[in-house]
Amino acid sequence: MSFDIYENEFVFITGPSGAGKTTLMKLLYLGEPVSEGQIVVDGFNLSRISRKRIPMLRRKFGIIFQDYKLIPTKNVFDNIALALEAAGTKSRLVGKKVRSVLRTVGMEGKLKSFPPGLSGGEQQRIAVARAIAGDPRIIIADEPTGSLDAESAKVIFGLLKSFHERGGTVIVATHDTELIRKTGGRVILLEQGRLQSSTLIPKPA
Amino acid sequence: MLQFFRRALGDILANRFLNTVTVITIALSVLIIGVFALFFINADALMDSWKKGIRIMAYLDSATPEQKISEIKASVERIKGIESVRFISKKEALEQLKSQMTHQSSLFENLKENPLPDAFEIQMAELSRNREDFEAAASRIAALPSVQEVEYGQKWLERFSDMLNLFKAAGYAMGGLFFLAAVFFVANTIRLVIYSRRDEIEIMRLVGASESFIKDPFYIQSLIQGAIGGMIGTGALFAVFRFVTGEWRLEIGNWKLETASNFNFLFSNFHLRFLPSEVLAGILLGSMFVGWLGCYLSLKQFLKL
Repeated sequence: MSFDIYENEFVFITGPSGAGKTTLMKLLYLGEPVSEGQIVVDGFNLSRISRKRIPMLRRKFGIIFQDYKLIPTKNVFDNIALALEAAGTKSRLVGKKVRSVLRTVGMEGKLKSFPPGLSGGEQQRIAVARAIAGDPRIIIADEPTGSLDAESAKVIFGLLKSFHERGGTVIVATHDTELIRKTGGRVILLEQGRLQSSTLIPKPA
Repeated sequence: MLQFFRRALGDILANRFLNTVTVITIALSVLIIGVFALFFINADALMDSWKKGIRIMAYLDSATPEQKISEIKASVERIKGIESVRFISKKEALEQLKSQMTHQSSLFENLKENPLPDAFEIQMAELSRNREDFEAAASRIAALPSVQEVEYGQKWLERFSDMLNLFKAAGYAMGGLFFLAAVFFVANTIRLVIYSRRDEIEIMRLVGASESFIKDPFYIQSLIQGAIGGMIGTGALFAVFRFVTGEWRLEIGNWKLETASNFNFLFSNFHLRFLPSEVLAGILLGSMFVGWLGCYLSLKQFLKL
């Protein structure tokens, strides 16, 4: 398969289970090695990137998972702070940044809470906050609303949309056609590891 | 850097039991290796002092006329490798013996005549204090007329030195074994920490943490383990040393009283010494190396980035 995703696009990758959505997403940030073919992300050729530069590639992305992947033993503040520190943010800027992204996702009151004490929707908002904290150019979200109720899913998509409106590129893997229809954007349909179609769905008015 | 330390300390506190076991293993290894080092350093020093003090005693025929003595002395002095020759008359020897055995002086009161022979005390030159030169010199001295008997401690010293070498081999083997055990324990501790933090590590990877950001806290943790283990080990070694030296001096004192004058040189002017500071620093660095190596092996095997 071959396709391009342009800057500031909102792209859905969809298809039945086992079509290769997750694998495709993982390949983008080298969660899995590229064994064949070529992927180029913002100038990085992923089949030829050196191990040392992989962290630099990953800092271009904010990644959101279906299971949130928050550290249960650290509170909300530390979860986001660790990600920022890991990505090389200067420690004196970390606190300010964490508070600012928590405000963006409307979770500034939960600074000291631990993830297991939060609802799924709240945890995913923290995960979104962590993803956008490093000012990435691209957000990758693999079934971000897969385990959320409709209300929470709407909130999460709202956050992704506002990231998109501020100039970011969003790539979402999902099979929630309802959400796709409500959001609008380009839809890449995969089937059995092959690209079936790439169609543009207009933004709802 | 500071936050790495905080993370490392946090991990140590979170796995207190495991870390304690590891630190104790390192300390024990340091103690065992230190005991061997202490033993060898002192045994070598003792050997040196013995070698320095070692001399050949040549006892003369009791019928040797006095005027021949200086002649014999001159011919002894001509032998290769001999530094100095001192004549000890039987009278002098008896006085010396009496002064050394004041408690048993009654023994000497009944002596009708001096049973001791005249003797030469012969010092070998520093360069010739080896088995071959000793044997050559001793046999030449023995061949001189009027020399009845030649005595020297070299043979005995060689045997002691052979024994010491055997001990050294055992020491190296033990040291190696404990080194491996300590590395294994560190590696295992680190493995468990990696395991308990695998989700966190995975997340750090995904947000673009550099390799050193993920690995450094582990290295710091194991270096701390090594340093603490090393300090406890050398501290324990020092305590053992103090304990042992307190006991030993008494024993040496007792032995001294009972041994003949010929053996006084064995321990006189010799003090057991603790490990020199270079060796202590080496041990501490070594135990930190153990920590580093254990960590390195564990990360290599279990942390796939």
